[in-house]
Amino acid sequence: MTKTAIRGDFAEILRLVPPGARVLDVGCGEGILLDLLTREKAADARGVEISPERVAACLALGLSVMQGDADHDLRDFPTGAFDFVILSQTLQAMRDPRGVLGEMMRIGRRAIVTAPNFAHWRVRLDLLFKGRMPMTGALPEPWWSTPNIHLCTTADFRCLADEMGLEIEACAALTTGRPARPIQPSSRIENWRAEAALFVLRHR
Amino acid sequence: MNGAADNLSRTSGDEGVIVFGPDAAFLLDGGGRIENLTLAYRTYGTLNSERSNAILICHPLTLDQHVADPPPVGGRRAWWTSLVGPGRPIDPERHYIICANILGGCAGSTGPGSINPSTSEPYGLSFPVITIGDMVRAQAMLLDRLGVETLFCVAGGSMGGMQVLEWVASFPGRVFSAVCLASAARHSAQNIALHEVGRQAIMADPDWRKGAYVREGVRPEKGLAVARMAAHITYLSESALTRKFGRELQRDGLSWGFDADFQVESYLRHQGAAFVDRFDANSYLYITRAMDYFDLAARHGGSLSAALAGARHIRFCVASFTSDWLYPTAESREIVRALNVAGARTSFLEIETDRGHDAFLLDEPVLRSALAGFLGSAGRIRGLAG
Repeated sequence: MTKTAIRGDFAEILRLVPPGARVLDVGCGEGILLDLLTREKAADARGVEISPERVAACLALGLSVMQGDADHDLRDFPTGAFDFVILSQTLQAMRDPRGVLGEMMRIGRRAIVTAPNFAHWRVRLDLLFKGRMPMTGALPEPWWSTPNIHLCTTADFRCLADEMGLEIEACAALTTGRPARPIQPSSRIENWRAEAALFVLRHR
Repeated sequence: MNGAADNLSRTSGDEGVIVFGPDAAFLLDGGGRIENLTLAYRTYGTLNSERSNAILICHPLTLDQHVADPPPVGGRRAWWTSLVGPGRPIDPERHYIICANILGGCAGSTGPGSINPSTSEPYGLSFPVITIGDMVRAQAMLLDRLGVETLFCVAGGSMGGMQVLEWVASFPGRVFSAVCLASAARHSAQNIALHEVGRQAIMADPDWRKGAYVREGVRPEKGLAVARMAAHITYLSESALTRKFGRELQRDGLSWGFDADFQVESYLRHQGAAFVDRFDANSYLYITRAMDYFDLAARHGGSLSAALAGARHIRFCVASFTSDWLYPTAESREIVRALNVAGARTSFLEIETDRGHDAFLLDEPVLRSALAGFLGSAGRIRGLAG
């Protein structure tokens, strides 16, 4: 895979993870990020994935992946097992996002989480003028079929991190098709501008 | 006899029998000893010059060393052709595949049906109680004789999976990768209970003769058949039985008696009858006992992760099946959790199927492709060609 084809959030994660780190990718799909981390960062990279077919695809790449879901199966990992635990673009689909975040911070020293920003200006305008649940690039499904059951804004996420005693060490705005852009998580204007955001968390 | 196989024997398999001793007896976990321990085994493929491509397959309770080619008698088929054979994940073209009949078995290795050298009579109940650990130590001695120091992979399902775990606990330095399917790190209360039903059925047969049936020229066929019928139900699932048989009748109308009215009854009777032709009742007692006694954590202060602490360098693939109620997914997850604590490179897969415990023996495309990927990538890391 060439650099140009790498998803914006993946490129940002590759930039953040130091060589040789122990990494767990929760919801690792067919292992694209894990494979990049293994080859480019010599990371000790493991994954969790719910679909058995995708687990099989990961195994074919030589990756170590466990079938399971973030809501239930992170408990199978010992405390402090990883340097980074990554959850890319699925936090809002968890049954218990706060519990999952807690588990991620138990098994990892840092967590990397991405979530669509429900305060993005297009979402706000949709709701304001159409009076309908917003459908955007980051939130493409209608309300009755969306897996995104726990939507939040960048400001909301910052509040949760605060409440859980977590520090947002770094934050980047994600826009489909563009490179990630570092932002201040407390910026009010970015809470309008960012379509989605990536957060690096650690214990305070 | 082994190793230097020609092209024909790559897929048809090489037969071998090794007798240990008589200088040293084989000492058992339970304190017993066996003189002239004999192991019957088959190999497929060729050991490469680096001796790095050996795969040991550990067979389940009622099967034997005929993994990939049919046994000479009994009309039975090879039992793991879904995963072992040319073009399969475990491939005699690439791997040197070894499978030995377990200690306690009845397909050529020493078991309760063998002649006790000190009495020149069949052992019967004088055969000492054996453990999964004993079976594995015997396999390790076989590998020494075959010139295999480390295994590229040790693989097995059900009781074979128990042996895989025992290998990792006892000889972690001899294992590069491991495949453990539909298994558990200890036998559950329910499984012990089900085994007890089978054993009681055998021992209730008047032809069992307190285990001395060989000497008396009879066989406890009825008891063994009932044990098999009960066990066979546990290898399937409610939905698989419904799908295969439903309430279908053998003939038009009910007999208003106790003939096999239902197809499922006839099927079970057939399973029981076919089993007694190929299996020894005392072997069934001893092997089920070894499974009941299996509790890997117990030997390590109750900690499974302590038992598997040496597994850090081992690449592991654990799989379970959704409809397997004999070795349910929770048992595999226990293993996975302990391996994660040990830091082993662990992959885990739960295959969606209605075929119950037996699914590990059948063609499950997701399992086949996962194992092909797992062994292929492990092989590349190990430096195996192709």
